[in-house]
Amino acid sequence: MASDARAELTVATSGPNETATGARCAGAWTLPAASDLDRTLAAVRWPTAGEFVVDGAGIVALDTAGAWLLHRTLRTLCARGCAARIDGLRPEFASLLNLLAAREIPLAAPVPPAPGLLARVGRRAWGTIAGTGGYLAFVGESALALLRALRHPRTLRWRPILHNIQTAGVEALPITGLLSFLMGVVIAYQGADQLQRFGANIFVVDLVALAMLRELSPLLTAIIIAGRSGSAYTAQIGTMKVTEEIDALRTIGVGAQELLVLPKVVALVIVMPLLTVYTDITGILGGMVMARTKLDVGFDAFVDRLDEAIQLSSYWTGLAKAPVFAMIVALVGCYRGFQVTGSAESVGAQTTMSVVQAIFLVIVTDALFSIVFLWLDL
Amino acid sequence: MTAMAQPATKTPVVDVRGVATRFGDAIVHESVDLAVHPGEVFALVGGSGSGKSTLLREIILLQRPAAGSIRVFGQEVVGMGDDAALPLRRRWGVMFERGALFSALTVAENVGMVLTEHTDLPPRLIREVAAVKIALTGLPADAGPKYPSELSGGMRKRASLARALALDPELLFLDEPTAGLDPLSATGIDELVRSLRDGLGLTIMMVTHDLDLMWRAADRVAVLGHGNIVGVGTMAELSRSDDPLVRQYFHGPRGRAALEQAWNRR
Repeated sequence: MASDARAELTVATSGPNETATGARCAGAWTLPAASDLDRTLAAVRWPTAGEFVVDGAGIVALDTAGAWLLHRTLRTLCARGCAARIDGLRPEFASLLNLLAAREIPLAAPVPPAPGLLARVGRRAWGTIAGTGGYLAFVGESALALLRALRHPRTLRWRPILHNIQTAGVEALPITGLLSFLMGVVIAYQGADQLQRFGANIFVVDLVALAMLRELSPLLTAIIIAGRSGSAYTAQIGTMKVTEEIDALRTIGVGAQELLVLPKVVALVIVMPLLTVYTDITGILGGMVMARTKLDVGFDAFVDRLDEAIQLSSYWTGLAKAPVFAMIVALVGCYRGFQVTGSAESVGAQTTMSVVQAIFLVIVTDALFSIVFLWLDL
Repeated sequence: MTAMAQPATKTPVVDVRGVATRFGDAIVHESVDLAVHPGEVFALVGGSGSGKSTLLREIILLQRPAAGSIRVFGQEVVGMGDDAALPLRRRWGVMFERGALFSALTVAENVGMVLTEHTDLPPRLIREVAAVKIALTGLPADAGPKYPSELSGGMRKRASLARALALDPELLFLDEPTAGLDPLSATGIDELVRSLRDGLGLTIMMVTHDLDLMWRAADRVAVLGHGNIVGVGTMAELSRSDDPLVRQYFHGPRGRAALEQAWNRR
């Protein structure tokens, strides 16, 4: 259908600044020319009455874009009260024009209106409120499912739990270990200068051990797991939602909560404290290495001092946070997955939200823990 | 009617010769030969797993055959790079079996996106042309601002067809255009295929299972079986074929019902 003939539109007028009395089209009225033709058509002063004939005999190629321009022009003219028609078209082009005329095509394609500022703010606020309510409902449903499972422990699905322990726990060992080791190195390094000034080199043990055990190790682990596993939970459940697998589960009579949420929550609650103990150890190892190279505190001296520096309560307060963080990460990850609607973009958006909200809640909870521990004098 | 099935004197639009495909040890195509002529509606049929869709994917450069030659618009496409393929890709449109609409965009944006990428039309004209394509496929005008997830299966297929038509292609590939549709929507697709061919002068190659669609819309049909083309011709010719596989296909209970219906229409 392609043709090299340039598209032309010649408009006959009875004089300058007069309205058009007729038009002649020639050349290839196709997509590449549509932009120019559209501009030319817009510049013409069209009549509002009488007969108007378009001569289409010169058209050598016509596609839907060109046909649309002709059709739109004729229809606009007819709507303004002209008796407009096109003559001399080749039969195949005429049939294309008839094809368009047979369909109901809006003259001006509707542009979806952009919502105003107030509407956007309102929608956002409502979304947040509904999100909070939905989240609470989800936590409630999960708790009920957990209670049911605890009453009949056999219904708990151990295979997915073990699988999740493998993927979220065992496979996370290298990255969590490496990062907390580096964290130990950094804390010892940062403190070294200050401690050396007072000749208090040995107190690097207190610094590293307390910071790691009480705060950093559980927090770091939770943040890594939120990024690693929480996001995976959202993406998995979200994709299952898009492909209607969640609906299929419901029809088969298997609760999505039992099959998808509980194993993840249980697995993380088991795995997170273990990971925290592990990162406690690797973090202190990092501090030990730094203490020896920078502060001349040997491994023996470090371990000796460790015994005095930390009380058992420091260890337990850090460890107590881990299962709570685990629940936050797992529940937020799963909840966000269920919030996915239809599109691939929505999976991405919910995954982002899952990680951001999980980390946010983990840090807020950590602050609450600090206050509570202060009250309890731990 | 602009163009009916042309005699084979013109260069075929799609020319497949000796194409062989293997997935590991499984042989999908042994040696497939077929030619689609300008202006015809060509249907490729065959049982599940006979490699119809694979052959289609090889023609549209999504997959590479193990051996053989595929010419589209006279150009060899086997082993063609993406840059060289771009001008060809603009000349054909593909409707995928499950629609493959971009889920983050509305129907109108799905169609408009192709125009924005490949033409310099102003946004207003792009919206209008997109609305034309949407109307051409028989969708109501209010389908434009909807997202694919809000549409029914049949509407999604039509929307996918609208996107395939966006650049006014000369060649249209349809993968299972009626699969999963109710009979009424499927009949709508038959008529749509014919009206597109007649109105826009398209060459259409479709992969289908639907015997009614073949009787109503296809000029020629090729049957794929055992890794080869076992029969090719008009539906009337094929229904007289002696090949056991073709007979099995066209004289099964469904084939016979479609045949009777086709006779009754005459």
